[in-house]
Amino acid sequence: MNDVKERLINGLIKENPTFVLMLGMCPTLAVTTSAINGLGMGLTTMVVLALSNAFISLLRNIIPDKVRIPAFIVVIASFVTMVELLLEGFIPSLYDALGIYIPLIVVNCIILGRAEAYASKNKVIASLFDGIGMGLGFSFALTCIGAVRELIGAGTLFGFAVMPDSYVPSTIFIMAPGAFFVLAVLTAIQNKVKIAGEKRGKDMSKIQSGCGSDCLNCNDTVCTKRIYDEKEEGKANG
Amino acid sequence: MVKELLVILIGSSLVSNVVLSQFLGLCPFLGVSKKTKTASGMGVAVIFVITLASIVAGVIYKYILEPFDITYLQTIVFILVIAALVQFVEMFLKKYIPSLYESLGVYLPLITTNCAVLGVALTNVQKNYGILEGVVNGFATAVGFTIAIVILAGIREKMVYNDIPESFKGMPIVLVTAGLMAIAFCGFSGLL
Repeated sequence: MNDVKERLINGLIKENPTFVLMLGMCPTLAVTTSAINGLGMGLTTMVVLALSNAFISLLRNIIPDKVRIPAFIVVIASFVTMVELLLEGFIPSLYDALGIYIPLIVVNCIILGRAEAYASKNKVIASLFDGIGMGLGFSFALTCIGAVRELIGAGTLFGFAVMPDSYVPSTIFIMAPGAFFVLAVLTAIQNKVKIAGEKRGKDMSKIQSGCGSDCLNCNDTVCTKRIYDEKEEGKANG
Repeated sequence: MVKELLVILIGSSLVSNVVLSQFLGLCPFLGVSKKTKTASGMGVAVIFVITLASIVAGVIYKYILEPFDITYLQTIVFILVIAALVQFVEMFLKKYIPSLYESLGVYLPLITTNCAVLGVALTNVQKNYGILEGVVNGFATAVGFTIAIVILAGIREKMVYNDIPESFKGMPIVLVTAGLMAIAFCGFSGLL
């Protein structure tokens, strides 16, 4: 039971995929135009994440090491397809709102990252709750970002008007540029926390600022493919 | 026909720019935009891969998935085909066109499963594009990506000399820049 609790807290706070690890930026920016959309995307991702984690954990001793990445992708893509069909059938409003970003959950690096870093090495129950924890953390983050954008950009929260009538919404915050600005402020806060923590001598290496390269090649909990700088330097030297 | 293709070309490259308004391919956009040279290299590689991927995905969709009525498998099929395709292209270039491999090779594995590639394949299906329209859409999307990443790299090169608040150093200031670029690109929406 402790294990389960630890996994949930880990996903929600310690290794929050958005606020701490900065993974899965594409959906984070694209669908957070309102709190409800953010929540919908977060929960959809959570379902896929939990199921694929559990399934990959079940298969962890069967899948040969060399073909594990394609195997994981097939598992993830299958669950994404199932969830997509279910959403289309039962919650069409959310299906329309999220559009192309539902199938693109396949390339969300949180999912492959967890499969690679956790599910392929741990027992089924722990992996399932790891997925749920991570998914909850992701949903929480997306809902927060969505709420901020909705509040500033439309003056509403979950569709209810909360700002006084005199408030003129700055629509840019629910348009594309607003997403970049909100994320910029978020990463700035993250940097601030990181700098402050390092001054007090804490280990802040877990905090990441944005996935370095490919959306899917984020193995481990951090993007191991963060190689541009090294390569650039290597080229400059050679 | 030509007019329609032109509309797709401008629409996908400028008006609904792949990174600045659809947020696809954000990772390489932020990760490889430190220098204009690497940024343009990445851009060319993306143009190459996306155009090729939209041809292959279009053909597979039209001649395999549709006739057998298994279009619901598109996500699974596309992601595997794209991953395999990039691997194959990499091997082919390494063996037969080493000079091209020299310049693109570094970037190819990095865009294997870039969400923009899958995004284009899915958009083509969603918008009911034929193969030719799909390829034009793919090419235009990739050109849009290249335009955005090269501009961002140019700005970042200049920004090195600026005095930036400590907590905004690194990723935050890049995101602010991207946001301002997105505002500028909003101006293109009057084009169509």
